[in-house]
Amino acid sequence: MNAQTILLYDGSFDGFLSCVFVAYDQKITSPIIRKEYQTNNQLFTINETIITNRQKANRVWEGFKSRTKPNEQRGFFKAFLSEIKGVENTLFSYMRTIFSNPINQHIDFGNKDILKITQVAKMVDREKHRVEAFVRFQLTKDDIYTSTVSPDFNVLPLIVKHFKDRYADQKWLIYDTNRKYGIFYDLTSVEIITLEEPAKILPNQIQNIYKKQEVDFQKLWSTYYNSVNIKSRKNTKLHVQHLPKRYWKYLTEKNIRE
Amino acid sequence: MSFDRIREKLSILADAAKYDVSCASSGGKRSNTNKGLGNNTGMGICHSYTEDGRCVSLLKILLTNHCIYDCAYCITRKSNDIKRAAFKIQEVVDLTINFYRRNYIEGLFLSSGIFKNADYTMERLIQVAKKLRLEENFNGYIHLKSIPGASDELMRQAGLYADRLSVNIEIPTISGLKLLAPDKKHEDFVKPMTKVKNEIIQYKEEKKIIKSTPRYAPAGQSTQMIIGATGESDWDIMRSANYYYKKFNMRRVYYSGYVPVLTDNRLPSLGTAVPMLRENRLYQTDWLIRFYGFSVNEILNDTHKNLDVDIDPKLSWALRNLNLFPVDINKADKTMLARIPGIGMQSVYKILQARKFRKLNWSHLKAIGIALNRAQFFIVCDSKDFYKKELSAISLKEKIVKNSSSKYKKLINGQLSLFS
Ligand code: SF4
Repeated sequence: MNAQTILLYDGSFDGFLSCVFVAYDQKITSPIIRKEYQTNNQLFTINETIITNRQKANRVWEGFKSRTKPNEQRGFFKAFLSEIKGVENTLFSYMRTIFSNPINQHIDFGNKDILKITQVAKMVDREKHRVEAFVRFQLTKDDIYTSTVSPDFNVLPLIVKHFKDRYADQKWLIYDTNRKYGIFYDLTSVEIITLEEPAKILPNQIQNIYKKQEVDFQKLWSTYYNSVNIKSRKNTKLHVQHLPKRYWKYLTEKNIRE
Repeated sequence: MSFDRIREKLSILADAAKYDVSCASSGGKRSNTNKGLGNNTGMGICHSYTEDGRCVSLLKILLTNHCIYDCAYCITRKSNDIKRAAFKIQEVVDLTINFYRRNYIEGLFLSSGIFKNADYTMERLIQVAKKLRLEENFNGYIHLKSIPGASDELMRQAGLYADRLSVNIEIPTISGLKLLAPDKKHEDFVKPMTKVKNEIIQYKEEKKIIKSTPRYAPAGQSTQMIIGATGESDWDIMRSANYYYKKFNMRRVYYSGYVPVLTDNRLPSLGTAVPMLRENRLYQTDWLIRFYGFSVNEILNDTHKNLDVDIDPKLSWALRNLNLFPVDINKADKTMLARIPGIGMQSVYKILQARKFRKLNWSHLKAIGIALNRAQFFIVCDSKDFYKKELSAISLKEKIVKNSSSKYKKLINGQLSLFS
């Protein structure tokens, strides 16, 4: 029995691409690619930890880019961000198809990797749009519009542009409490940050770190939200269909207590 | 500002504005090039949903609910004994900006009761928009109501700052208007509409020659009609809608089921159900006319003045024109394909694409996503196996209704029993 090679990486996209590089370099035909923290000690496996290498990663990505269209590249990245267990292997297998085909030759769209990647990318995309819609900022005493989220997929990298374009003249921070990092805009550029005590910025800390008028605006918003409701047209089913309950935790208008 | 007072105003003036159904925030592209606030990508975002499932994307309020008119259908009318309030211009600006910065909204939809006169009111609406654009550098969405009777000069200014302008004609017929809004004139509605239409045309012309021509109402204009307040038929309504689409290049006509808010013997009594199903059928008809190549008279006419409640307007049309069916999926042209019940425009394009390569049979059609439970009675395809039985329109209808599950079924049964 041949031992199965497992390539472990740090969870970053560059890390994953580094694994692809190594797999090609060392002619490992069907590795399993997995995040370090998902490791498990199976028998008959060779675990190899791959150190993220930007240059190697770039070479893989450039090669991929030269053989695919921009929307395929975006789909690939989105599927990666889904963090669904085993997605790396589908992505790797798809990359191999791309690399083994002559440039510009159309691949069969019945290919099951592509179907899966498109499907997953769509799910990630939907989550991206929901986060863009349902983020609620609260203004801190030092003038940073702050929001915490815990999306199903790792969508922060995808929403940077939207928020940067929209809120170009205010500082803002969107923090993913599950993945323990955030994106912070300081009026010039967006950076990735991690907080030592993320609990401090949770919405319930309103008395401590948020501006005094913050509560007032939240109340105004919920007043508005309640006033636009037309009772005689109530339709709870439709309501929850558009606004699934798991997103309610973000929404000021659903959480304000009078 | 005093928050309690603002809060009271907000609840009064949002409540009074909510019967306006148009909430679209899409269409007006405005990018954030000046490092200002807001970026309108042309794709509306719903930031929340009301408990009746409507999209909340704009701060939709009246500047004031003081009004010199007495339109019977309107909660704001002069003779109605309600709390009145008025925002200051700066208050609306502050609310909009603070809501926008917190990612609650895509922009502002500002309407107003008419105080003093049309121009006085319109001028104030414009001031809000102007402040937002020039002082706050705001690139979010702004929809202003055009006040009936406002002057051409003001309408021109309004379009420089707003993305969309709209006048609600509210009552689909002139006679209905006379009955319910006796002091309003039809011409007053038409005047700002005409001006906006002409400005848009002129803007497009000038833009061709001078690139820097200031933009004018990039999301166009729309209007709204109240459904079920007076006795007009669906035919009346759609003829009016068609007139406004054609004459004023409307982007959208909205149909709003009348919500009884007042006791008035000219109107349906309080507690009368909102005609949501009828509203839905009108939107379907509107769709058929704008995108499916139907004319109003095919769907509604002298012998068929009202839409069927239990089946959609396309099916209803097909049942009245069974002589045109069955249609051969592999031969029919685009227009005819679009007229088959159960086949949407997207499916039409898919059929046209797919049939270039092969003759389509039932399983192809299924894969394309056609609602065969309805379409099967109206088509033939590359199969010997098709619906041959000669059926009368009535029994065909029964068959289809029995097989389909409408999300409105409960409503249909309810409303039908009301009618019978
Ligand atoms: S003019 Fe407008 S606000 Fe005033 S009563 Fe008539 S519809 Fe209502």
